[in-house]
Amino acid sequence: MSEEPEIVLGLYVPPHPHPLLAPEQNEGWGRLRDAFDTCRQRIEESDADLMLIYSTTWPSIVGHQIQAHPKPVFTHVDDDFHFLGSMPYEFHMDAEYAECYREACEARGLHARTVAYDGFPIDTGSVVALKLLNPDNRIPACIVSSNVYSNRAEQIVLGKAARDAMLKLGKKVVVVVVASLSNRMFTEHIDPSDDRIHSAKDDEWNRKILEFFDNGRLEDISQLSRDIQGQIRVSKVVAYKPAWWMAATMGQHNNYDGEVLAYEALHGAGGAVIQLTPAKGGVGDKEFDEDDVEYYHGDRSVLDKGMI
Amino acid sequence: MAKGEIVLGCLAPHPPHVVYAENPEQNEPFSEGGWEALRWGYHSLARKLKGIDYDCIVVLTPHWQTYVGTHFLGLERFQNISVDPIFPNLFRFNHDITVDVEMAEAMHDAAAEAGIITKMMRNPDFRVDYGTIVSCHMLNSSWNKPIVTISSNRSTSYYSNEVMNAQAAALGEAVMKAIEASGKKVVLVASHSLSHRHFVTEAPLPEDMSREHIYNHSQYVWDMKLVQMMREGKMREVIDILPEMIEQTMAEAEGGGLSWMMAAMGYPDYPAEIYGYQSVIGTGNAIAAWDPNEATRQLVL
Ligand SMILES: [Fe+2]
Repeated sequence: MSEEPEIVLGLYVPPHPHPLLAPEQNEGWGRLRDAFDTCRQRIEESDADLMLIYSTTWPSIVGHQIQAHPKPVFTHVDDDFHFLGSMPYEFHMDAEYAECYREACEARGLHARTVAYDGFPIDTGSVVALKLLNPDNRIPACIVSSNVYSNRAEQIVLGKAARDAMLKLGKKVVVVVVASLSNRMFTEHIDPSDDRIHSAKDDEWNRKILEFFDNGRLEDISQLSRDIQGQIRVSKVVAYKPAWWMAATMGQHNNYDGEVLAYEALHGAGGAVIQLTPAKGGVGDKEFDEDDVEYYHGDRSVLDKGMI
Repeated sequence: MAKGEIVLGCLAPHPPHVVYAENPEQNEPFSEGGWEALRWGYHSLARKLKGIDYDCIVVLTPHWQTYVGTHFLGLERFQNISVDPIFPNLFRFNHDITVDVEMAEAMHDAAAEAGIITKMMRNPDFRVDYGTIVSCHMLNSSWNKPIVTISSNRSTSYYSNEVMNAQAAALGEAVMKAIEASGKKVVLVASHSLSHRHFVTEAPLPEDMSREHIYNHSQYVWDMKLVQMMREGKMREVIDILPEMIEQTMAEAEGGGLSWMMAAMGYPDYPAEIYGYQSVIGTGNAIAAWDPNEATRQLVL
């Protein structure tokens, strides 16, 4: 067994249901769908034996939840876009990996648990990704939640724990992050043909991030996470976490061949399908001074140290 | 036809823990109890509600989160299992919900007329959120009244707490117009807690009450401030300071429930009935009711 887990591909895909349910209603949604289809084909051509998903549309509070139901079956409907239709699903999860991931989380100081309940509401982003990227359940999958309170250290450790479990079980993995780029949607209903990125600022930032992705600079994007959160992320959660998790899971470097397969508006938000393939040598001109972190020590109990 | 009216407004927090602790036949997990201060408070409010003549319960819930406008349940019946995505170990509830679609449509239309972005939810596969289910079950466990669920527009995230307050107020006023025109007697429910910082770990036995306490003292102080103002009938002032409280305590009122309900009820200047206060996994939860009828209004706690 090598010291590095074998990550075959990294994918960054949008959570909105439009490419799954309504690709014909807007050319851009159709192009995103085509990009999903291309990725699906590439996954099929790879010898991956696990798809690990981190979904920003699965929030958790009690630590980190990991989907471990071997065969979850349900029909999902999106809270906002219910009128686009239902998403019946039947997936195949890798319960062994899920348990191993939980153990790896705990070994690194994280509170984590597996969930395996009939009728558990798998989130829109995960359902869209699994239905489009792995439609016949060719390879088993696993999904990890996004804790609403977690920040950089916790996310990075969560990513490293995912690697520990991959290494332990010798998995060949497709890593999937489900997240928007800019995430501000239009607050009114729009005609599909009128969809566009919400603002020029969002569009410019998205394109800058895509440039980084295109150059394979994943670790640099991770380092820019806080800037991205401040500039183009609606403050639904405390931080832009997917890049931290993705970079930590994929090895914390810039050595990838990047390819942006599509970038389009999804009701105003920035949706991109991006592929990162591990490569030799990378680029980058950024060094930051935030400490790397191996183990999560929890809150620093700042409030207990002074008077209120 | 007589003018419709609001017969009671309830602040009804929805931690799934309270349903879990009750062990109703609809819920799969088994518990040894817990959170009695809240549950017994709920029982008391539910008894009061039994004595009130009403046609339907209208709930605004922060666990149906919509970014594109405000949505209303628009089908007559929802039968499904609701599994809480956050606490699936506690809440897997088989429900059979009847919706007052006529009332929902009237509210939708009134809101749309007031310039609010709206949508009726007509997908039969839609899963009703657990906020609605927990609040309604605790208030009326026989489920013998139809409900209307209104989604929580996330204007706090997209704009600010102040914008949320203003938009929720507009929605409340529109809903009140629809109620008056309907001729119905309606119970309003703002389904949420007060301070809302959770512990991110859970005891091996979630109902182990030796582990339950408020997340920190400043959350408690804010909660008590609000409860005191409710007792004093200062609801206009409560809504005015709500943006600050949300900022300081991550209060779940960010979803608009209390702001919406108070606007619909004309910002009561009479005392609220307080039924209970307790923390659940660190969050602050108060059960309160506003009874417009002076003859039946009580000093509960
Ligand atoms: Fe809640």
